[in-house]
Amino acid sequence: MRKLPTWKELTLAGIITEAGNSVEYKTGNWRTLTPVVNYDECIKCGVCWSFCPEYAWEEGEDSFFKLNTDYCKGCGICAVECPRKCIKMVEL
Amino acid sequence: MAKKVGIEAAIAIAEAAALADVDVVSAYPITPQTHIVEHLAHLVADGILNAEFITVESEHTALSAALGASLTGARTFTSTSAQGLALMNEIVYITSSMRAPVVMALANRALSAPINIWNDHSDVMSVRDTGWISIFANNAQEAYDLTFMAFKIGEHPDVLLPVMINFDGFILTHVIEPVVLFGKEDVEGFLPPYDHPYKLDPDRPVTMGPVGLPEIYTEVKKQQDVAIRSSRSVIDAVFKEFAERFGRKYSAVETYAIDDAEVVLVTQGSVTDAACFVVDEMRKRGKKWGVVEIRLWRPFPFDDVGSALTSGKIKCVVVLDRAISFGGPAGIVMSEVRSALYHVPNRPIVIGVTSGLGGRDIMFEDYVRMFELGEEALRTGKEPEMVTIIGVRE
Amino acid sequence: MIEIRFHGRGGQGAVTSAEILAQAAIMDGKYAQAFPSFGAERRGAPVQAFTRISNEPIRIRIGVYHPDVIVVLDSTLIQSENVFFGLKEGGLAVINSKESPRELKERLGFKGRIITVDATKIALEELGVPITNIAILGALCRGRPDLAKMESLEYFIAERFPHLKEKEIRSFRRAYEEVSE
Repeated sequence: MRKLPTWKELTLAGIITEAGNSVEYKTGNWRTLTPVVNYDECIKCGVCWSFCPEYAWEEGEDSFFKLNTDYCKGCGICAVECPRKCIKMVEL
Repeated sequence: MAKKVGIEAAIAIAEAAALADVDVVSAYPITPQTHIVEHLAHLVADGILNAEFITVESEHTALSAALGASLTGARTFTSTSAQGLALMNEIVYITSSMRAPVVMALANRALSAPINIWNDHSDVMSVRDTGWISIFANNAQEAYDLTFMAFKIGEHPDVLLPVMINFDGFILTHVIEPVVLFGKEDVEGFLPPYDHPYKLDPDRPVTMGPVGLPEIYTEVKKQQDVAIRSSRSVIDAVFKEFAERFGRKYSAVETYAIDDAEVVLVTQGSVTDAACFVVDEMRKRGKKWGVVEIRLWRPFPFDDVGSALTSGKIKCVVVLDRAISFGGPAGIVMSEVRSALYHVPNRPIVIGVTSGLGGRDIMFEDYVRMFELGEEALRTGKEPEMVTIIGVRE
Repeated sequence: MIEIRFHGRGGQGAVTSAEILAQAAIMDGKYAQAFPSFGAERRGAPVQAFTRISNEPIRIRIGVYHPDVIVVLDSTLIQSENVFFGLKEGGLAVINSKESPRELKERLGFKGRIITVDATKIALEELGVPITNIAILGALCRGRPDLAKMESLEYFIAERFPHLKEKEIRSFRRAYEEVSE
C-alpha cells in the first residue's frame, strides 16, 4: 500500500500540484460488462461521449467514438442513452 | 509624509487597504461597515487606487470572489458585519482552510433576531473556531495600523492565513477622531509583495480545494492548526517592526495599571479605553483596579493571558463578554481566560460579566459595578460559574 | 472635556455639523471625536449627533448624556423632544428659532443660557433649501468661540461642500453675526 503523507509532508492545504492526475486513476478493471458498438448503425452523434462519467469514449480520426478500456468501468450509461440503440453491454 | 487628520475610522481603514495597494476589493455593503467599501469604491473609481472592485450580489459571493482572487496571487480585501458574516460563514471556513490570506475588516455588530444594527461581539464570536487570525482594534489609529499590518501578517510565507481586524460598529466605525495617516513613502519596504507558493496560474496548473478523503482530511486540519499557532511569532515580529519603525506599540495582550491592582477587568475592543478611564477615576478614590485587554483573539495568547493575570497582586479577574454563549458554561472570553488559568496554582478568582449587547452604552457606573462584583467575589470567596448580565431589567 | 449634543431631523445635516466641528478642533491641535447616534433613521425623524473636544485623548465612546452645549437645528424639536435632557448647569443651548432667547426661556421655563438664530431663514436665503447645519455652526461658534477657530471651521465647510462653499460660508458668517443672546 502507498504510504500516505504526514501533515508535514502534505502540500499546503492538500493542493494537488500534478494537474490532470486523474488519468493515473484507471477504472477499467471495475468492468463486468463492456459496451460494444454496432458501427453500421452509429451516427457519430457523440451522446455516448457526452454522458460517459469516466471520459472513456474518444473521438477517432473517422469521427466514430472508440472505447478506451483503461477507463470504461462498464456502467452502461452509454448504452441506455444511445439514440440509435446501437451500443450493447456484453460479457467479454 | 505622515499627517494627523480628523477622519472617520471606517475611512481610515479603507485608506489602510489602499496604502497596502490591494489588488482586489470584493465586498457587499452592510451597516455599519458600508463606509469602508464606499470609500474604496471611490478610490478605485477616481483612479487613486489601481484595484479591481468586484461588486457582488451577496456576502457569500463577496468572500468567494475574494478567496478566488487571493489564490491567484492578488492582495485581497473585504469587509462585513454581523448578518453579512453569517451569510459568508461557509466561505469563512473555506478561506482559512485553503490558506488564502484575505484581509477582512469586521465592523462588529450584533446578530439578529431581533434585528439590531448596533455594536457587540456576537459576529466575531460566531467565527471563533474558523481558523482566521483575529485581532481587535480599540480606536481609529489602531484600526488603521492593524489593517495595514494584517496584510504583512497573513501573507507571510510561514502563515498564509486570512486575518480579521475587529473594530466596534458605530462607536468606532463612525467616529471621527485624530489619526496619523501615512504617505506611501513613509511605509516603503514595510509590506513585501504578496506571493502565494501555489497560486492559480494557467501556465502552472494545480488543483485547489480538492476532495480530502478521510485519509487526508485530518492531516490538512493539523497543518492548519499548526499554521495559526505558529503565526504568533510572525504577529509579534510584525508588531515589533512596526513599533521600531513608526513608534506605536502593539501587543497580543495589553495591560493597564495592573502592577498593584487586586481586581482587573478583561476587555476586548474599544471599551478598553473607557475601562482604563474608569480605573483612573476610581484610583483617585482609592480603588486598586486595572485592565487587561486580549487584543489577539486567535491564535489565543494563553501564556500572555496567564502571566498577565497572575502577575502582581491580582486576586480577582472580571471578564467582560460582549456576546452570549447560549446554554454554554460561561462567557465566551471568560471560558478562554479560565482555561488559560486552569493549571496555575493559587489562580485568581475568575468571574464573568456581559454588557453592551446590541449597542447599549456601557456607562461609567456599569464598569464600576463590574469591578465591584469582583470585589464581592473576593470578599465572599464565591466564584459564580455563570455570567452576570450588567444592567438587564429583571 | 467639552461635550456637545446636536439635535436635528434626518436630512438636516446634524451629523455633518458634529463632524465638521470635530475636524476643525483636531486641526487646531486638540483631541476631538464626533459620531452620530444611529437609530432607525429616515428623513425627518429626530436624530442626534455628538462631538467631544478635549486637550487630552478621549477615551469614552458612549452617547453624550450630560452635554455642556446642546445645538438644536430645528425649532420644532423643542416641542417633541426633550432636547435639554441632561444639559449641565451653566450649559449653553444654541437653537434655530425665530424667537428671541427671552421669549423661548419664558415659554419653556428654562433658566440657563440660550442663544438663538433664524438659521432656517438664512439657509433658505443663501442656499434655497432649509438645511441649517452650517448656519447653526456659525451661531455655535459665536456662543462658544473656544471650541474651534472660525477659519478651521470654514476650511472644513469648504472641503465638505466644494460646489456650495461660497454660499455655505456666507450662511455660516451671517448666522455668527445674526445671533440673539
